[in-house]
Amino acid sequence: MYSFSRIFAVLKKELVQMRRDRLTFAIMIMIPIVQLTLFGYAINTDPRHLPTLLDIRDDGPFTRAIVSTLHTSTFFDVTGVVGSAAEGDEALKTGAADFVVIIPEGFERALVRGERPQIVVEADATDPVAAGGPVGALPVLLERALSPLMEEAALAAPDPPPWDLVVHRRYNPAGVTAYNIVPGLLAVILTMTMAMITAIAITRELERGTMETLLATPARPMEVMIGKILPYVGVGYIQIAILLIAGVGLFGVPFTGGLAPLLLGATVFIVVNLALGFLISTLARTQMQAMQMTFFFFLPSILLSGFIFPFEGMPLWARWLGEALPTTHFIRLTRAVVLKDAGFTDIVNQIWPMLIQLTVITTIAVNRYRQTLD
Amino acid sequence: MNAAEPAIRVEGLTKRFGDFTAVDHLSMSVPKGVIYGFLGPNGSGKTTTIRMMCGLLTPDEGKGTALGYDILTEGRRIKKRVGYMTQKFSLYEELSVRENLNFMARMYGESDVRARVDAVMAEYGLADRAKQLASQLSGGWKQRLALAASMIHKPDLLLLDEPTAGVDPAARRHFWERIHDMTASGITVLVSTHYMDEAIQCDHICFIHKGRKLVDAPAAEIPERSGLVTWRIKGPDLDDLAKELRRLAPVEQVARFGDALHVSGKDAGALARSLASYRDRENLELRESEAGLEEVFIHLIEQNRDDAAQAA
Ligand SMILES: Nc1ncnc2c1ncn2[C@@H]1O[C@H](COP(=O)(O)OP(=O)(O)O)[C@@H](O)[C@H]1O
Ligand SMILES: [Mg+2]
Repeated sequence: MYSFSRIFAVLKKELVQMRRDRLTFAIMIMIPIVQLTLFGYAINTDPRHLPTLLDIRDDGPFTRAIVSTLHTSTFFDVTGVVGSAAEGDEALKTGAADFVVIIPEGFERALVRGERPQIVVEADATDPVAAGGPVGALPVLLERALSPLMEEAALAAPDPPPWDLVVHRRYNPAGVTAYNIVPGLLAVILTMTMAMITAIAITRELERGTMETLLATPARPMEVMIGKILPYVGVGYIQIAILLIAGVGLFGVPFTGGLAPLLLGATVFIVVNLALGFLISTLARTQMQAMQMTFFFFLPSILLSGFIFPFEGMPLWARWLGEALPTTHFIRLTRAVVLKDAGFTDIVNQIWPMLIQLTVITTIAVNRYRQTLD
Repeated sequence: MNAAEPAIRVEGLTKRFGDFTAVDHLSMSVPKGVIYGFLGPNGSGKTTTIRMMCGLLTPDEGKGTALGYDILTEGRRIKKRVGYMTQKFSLYEELSVRENLNFMARMYGESDVRARVDAVMAEYGLADRAKQLASQLSGGWKQRLALAASMIHKPDLLLLDEPTAGVDPAARRHFWERIHDMTASGITVLVSTHYMDEAIQCDHICFIHKGRKLVDAPAAEIPERSGLVTWRIKGPDLDDLAKELRRLAPVEQVARFGDALHVSGKDAGALARSLASYRDRENLELRESEAGLEEVFIHLIEQNRDDAAQAA
């Protein structure tokens, strides 16, 4: 029923236009590289010498060993001692300190008795990347400081350690980790470029008047839509390749999963976004309007998708909005595949919402596509 | 579709943009195999009408057929058999001549794209410029390319919307020769223009103003039907003379064409009597003649203005 010849005609034309419009093409290739470098810089920073305050409420060999370990560690810069919890809180809040390490009263006695006393660390996790390194190093540091003394005293086996390290991540309880960013970035960049590029490719035809030529031919809306979308699916794959190669090669993101499930998810996600761009183009009259509408959609896709703010920390209404966004599902999918080795069966729950979104968007877009100039 | 049926027949075609009526109950019938001139000043509704004829705009009222197909419901069938050249160049600037024609040939489902594009390029003298980008073509060459593109699928009906606007005289002449060739081979051509001097190239003329049809007749019959008589006056100080002549009762219209005033009126006797005194004036040269298409159209526009004013 559909004419392959016409789909091919539109596809080929788009490819030629893409080739001639070097600037746009360069931007599409540069966006992943620039974004990754910007975010990658954040990933790569291995923060050391973070200002740390001590709140010591006990005294004894164990306590002294902890204090001296913290002093020698390059992660922490012990800048002082606080007299009360309130004082420590104030320092965290103002940024005077990133960490407050609290050794409670009766720590020594409880440790010797095997009562698993707490060592409490109040951490400013606003920048989870910054807080991540030192917090991750703490168990090892404590182990190294306390184990020799424990052995000397012939006390309990070191595993699990006979103390309880409690870290309070202030201001960002979920503590998004660095590696979350590259998979998330994949989704965000595709969201931004894919929807915009189709929206612009179509509104450009309206603006320049070539839409009239297109409409005067016997082409069907679906033929135009497919022909216009396919070349940009290819661009989407190029962007994915750049991000993955750079992410793994330059920033050492561990790619634990398979490429196949990722590509399946990516294909669905790319097509959803291209269809979205098509829908936007039926609402916009000019390229400028199309850009604005894409940004209107782009902001919630960044903010409510779990890319920046942990999904679980959002109010219910925001989570519902987030669920309706394709980006949310693709971020979950990529994180699951890249970081948790998820396979095809594990990503089904992220694929079908995107398929529903695709169906809804395509239906509206094809119905709205003006077959006339009205 | 039988042979006697017109290529286009529309009745009561109306298009409104908000409160503004761009095309107002327009009826017309385009016989097969003719050059049908669709004339009217800028903004009179020519483009809007043509777009409705090939299914690009939906009329608010009225009905019609093109090549026997209903313009309201059979748009796709019409598009397959109609070539449409838009007023503004609307092929792809960043594509070459050949790429643009390839695109159009594929869109119309031509079976042998290469052969068809080669043939069209040869026919329209575009072969030397096959690789040139459309954006680099001059107005005349763009027009040729657009005409070639609208002929790529060998349509039976060609709709040309102001094809000669902004094109130099040589290219315009060449263009009209092509149009005559086409009708000779049986194609019906509807061509809109606001150049009144191109009207003489047409077999039949439909003249519209403010969306309304003012005249619709074979080109040759229009001056006679108008009942208008025109005097051509040559001499010095024509602008002052024009002011003077406009005050005379039998003079309905004074228009300046180059170095001559065209003075028209319906009552030939009264007009001749009022102009008699000017014959003796020094330097003035007066000559009575049949009204030209230009005079008729200007006259019709004036009348339409008066009618509209009276109606308001
Ligand atoms: N899409 C539109 N929206 C609003 N007004 C329009 C639109 N298209 C045309 N018009 C108006 O309708 C009138 C007729 O336009 P058009 O058909 O282009 O005239 P022509 O081709 O004879 O110059 C003009 O006044 C024009 O401004
Ligand atoms: Mg026009």
